[in-house]
Amino acid sequence: MSPHLASDLAAIVGSHHLREARAERVTYAMDGLPTHRRVPALVVLPGTREELIAVVRLLAAHGVPFVPRGAGTGLSGGALADEAAVLLVLTRLNRILRIDGDNRLAVVEPGVVNAKLGAAARPAGLQYAPDPSSQSACTIGGNVAENAGGPHCLKYGVTANHILALEVLLADGSLVEIGSPGGESWGPDLVGVFVGSEGNFGIATRITVRLTPLPRAVRTLLADFNGLRIAGEAVSAIIAAGIVPAALEMMDQSCICAVEDSVYAAGYPRDAAAVLLVEIDGRNGDAVVAETEVVTELLRKSGARSVRSAASEAERERLWQGRKKAFGAMGRLSRDLVVQDAVVPRSALPQVLETISTIAKHYGLVVSNVFHAGDGNLHPNISFDATDPVLKKKVEAASAEIMQACIAAGGTITGEHGVGIDKLRYMPLIFDAESLGAMHAVRRVFDPEERVNPGKVVPVHACREWISANPGAAPRGQPRAVA
Amino acid sequence: MTILEKVSALLGEGAILEAGTDRVPRIAPGSPDAVALLLGTAHQEGWRVRIEGAGTWLQSDAPADLALTTRRLDRVPAIEPSDLTATAEAGIGLDQLRQQLADRGAWLAIDPPGLAGRTLGSVVATATAGPLRHAFGPIKDHLLGVTFVTGDGRMVQSGGRVMKNVAGYDLTRLQAGGFGAFGVIVLVHLRLRTLPRADITYVLEGAREDLTQIGEDIAAAGLTPAALELVSPALARRERWVLAVRLAGSPALVAADEAGLGAASGGGRFTPLRAEEAHAFWMRLAEGFSVRPVTFRIGGVPTASDELLDLLQHQLGDEWISASPAAGAIRWTGDTNIDRLQRLRRTLAGLEVPLTLERAPWPLRGAVGHFGAYREGVGPLVAGLRRTFDPGGALVVATEGS
Repeated sequence: MSPHLASDLAAIVGSHHLREARAERVTYAMDGLPTHRRVPALVVLPGTREELIAVVRLLAAHGVPFVPRGAGTGLSGGALADEAAVLLVLTRLNRILRIDGDNRLAVVEPGVVNAKLGAAARPAGLQYAPDPSSQSACTIGGNVAENAGGPHCLKYGVTANHILALEVLLADGSLVEIGSPGGESWGPDLVGVFVGSEGNFGIATRITVRLTPLPRAVRTLLADFNGLRIAGEAVSAIIAAGIVPAALEMMDQSCICAVEDSVYAAGYPRDAAAVLLVEIDGRNGDAVVAETEVVTELLRKSGARSVRSAASEAERERLWQGRKKAFGAMGRLSRDLVVQDAVVPRSALPQVLETISTIAKHYGLVVSNVFHAGDGNLHPNISFDATDPVLKKKVEAASAEIMQACIAAGGTITGEHGVGIDKLRYMPLIFDAESLGAMHAVRRVFDPEERVNPGKVVPVHACREWISANPGAAPRGQPRAVA
Repeated sequence: MTILEKVSALLGEGAILEAGTDRVPRIAPGSPDAVALLLGTAHQEGWRVRIEGAGTWLQSDAPADLALTTRRLDRVPAIEPSDLTATAEAGIGLDQLRQQLADRGAWLAIDPPGLAGRTLGSVVATATAGPLRHAFGPIKDHLLGVTFVTGDGRMVQSGGRVMKNVAGYDLTRLQAGGFGAFGVIVLVHLRLRTLPRADITYVLEGAREDLTQIGEDIAAAGLTPAALELVSPALARRERWVLAVRLAGSPALVAADEAGLGAASGGGRFTPLRAEEAHAFWMRLAEGFSVRPVTFRIGGVPTASDELLDLLQHQLGDEWISASPAAGAIRWTGDTNIDRLQRLRRTLAGLEVPLTLERAPWPLRGAVGHFGAYREGVGPLVAGLRRTFDPGGALVVATEGS
């Protein structure tokens, strides 16, 4: 890296917005996942789109790799940069450029916080539907990179369903406009390809999102069960009835107790093996009331011990706070927490949950489950102390077994957290060398030098081209053997 | 050896079908592996290949050394009603797939234009959504994953069979609406819904501007129709424009929306269609778009719908039009020429409205292209992606036109 690079960057963004000292750079060494740690060479915080473009063009001229980062709430190590790369923190690009209520869209910069966009849309009777648990901190740019989900994505869809158009800054410093405000693309659906590319294709500098009307009626139900299996069967019964709740979330006993012991206590019954949080919403109050009655009856018939309806907005918020802050509440259980992410077919939920419980017992680990049951999107959370190397190895081994169990059930390794660094080793379990090679080739169309967020998403050594070129080498990227 | 002799040796006699009127050999591989074998050979031999489904949508007239039809890829390996997912090969007709799904209580909530037997792969490759896009979104929103074969015979998987999936880049969305430029789709993993327990269609005739207003009032009243489609008189075969409202879902939801429809229509009297009438109405609408020589779609913001409909009528005449104003989507079919279509595309580009040519005779689509008027920087990316997935240029697809 050129000795002049730092001063040249400072000339663009101002020295206050360049972090050179190691003590400052260490602040950015992790994201929301405590198992990976990398210290970037430099940290740059551009304040305008023009500064960002100038920074990326300077890095292109120097051939320096860089990693775009939003609020750093990701859970896959995806926004980490090592000593060879510059970290571009985009949180200062936080302007909402336009809200067009008539056409139900907004144009924002990448650093706009998810919840702030929601709040800004509310006076127009609209919402930005994707609501990851970190929505009070995470940014829309990060949501686009990760194709973020959230509890209400069951009905409203994930980030990919809400992005209409993007202005993208490629690694070489050129700008590309993809998508259109009406949602039709200029040619192939490059917006669809870009969303979820984990920063490997460039930086979304302007994001046009779809807003949806706020529901006029909402009913929130809390059902508790004596077993995870019957709670899972209740989920299937609701879906089979043709009703799509806005959200259908499950928590197991370990998670319930962690929440109830915390400041986020929501009144969940501690003796329940599982609770389901079911939300039915809509624009037509009569329909919501009628569907709520049907769902209540289905929950009871499926074996719920009790079904409680939030009697007020305050009670609803309390029930949701418990769910959304569950990851924080689990901080009470141990020093560190690995929030895992996998998806299985809904019908496989009961069996997979039992398998996860068996794996946890085998390794003597505490695994708490809080997840999007309606989508089959599991979040097994492992509580541990990362300073204990033996324990850390057990967590890695248990995580690998959980992933393998989900894949064996017909599922996948991530539903909303992304691959990042953390799940590179699992990619060859679900994609063959040909498919990984195709992904790698697409990345090179956008970024031929592979300078944006290097070393993430696709394990290059498992791609067909690499294997063909290195016939004698041992395949890499495989999950570690389980003890 | 001739091409047919080579193909026969490769895939067997059974894969060779009767050629069409242009006498281009028509090959129907019987499995995804056979598609890969054929395209790998085509790449090596330098054969130019055009892709066909059932031959009911896009005209089978692109100049090529052979036509690859997916019609023998018609198996449905999995339907999982409890998970609301299915896996189907690309060559299955939508009518057959619908029936198999309905038998299991499941529903693929798409109603693309074209004949009932149009293949699933054709619908996905062209991303041709119909009126149900109003509530259920574009075709890509119904896909969990696809398997496709590249122009040089590589088999690539994307996505999976579960409801949420962010493992790897989303190549499924590249294939949805790629018109086959990035490979031949052979297998599709689908997101399903429960077959609606209530499904009723209402229609109202009137002046276009009045119906547009009623459509907006319906949305403002909080009704949630599955489809809200504005249809031109010629296409609807009625005296005046028609606003068709389809309510589908749980009985509770449909009953509540029915109750609100009268109030929202400002005194306009919607007529309910009997089940068979509704089926015939939507079927006629879909089939209408495969009758005339040229069909295209445009997508603008909802508030521009009226202006765009005026523009279409002014530049191309009052032909067969169907619009989903709230979704900003308009489809036109009729007869036109290269100059008028290129002029229209340029005009629309100035309004930030893309025009996608869905079907047209080869001389027109070869000149105009399915896509065009790219925004800044898009052209080189599309060209790069084409080189990646079809390095030898074996697949004959008029992406940008000449």
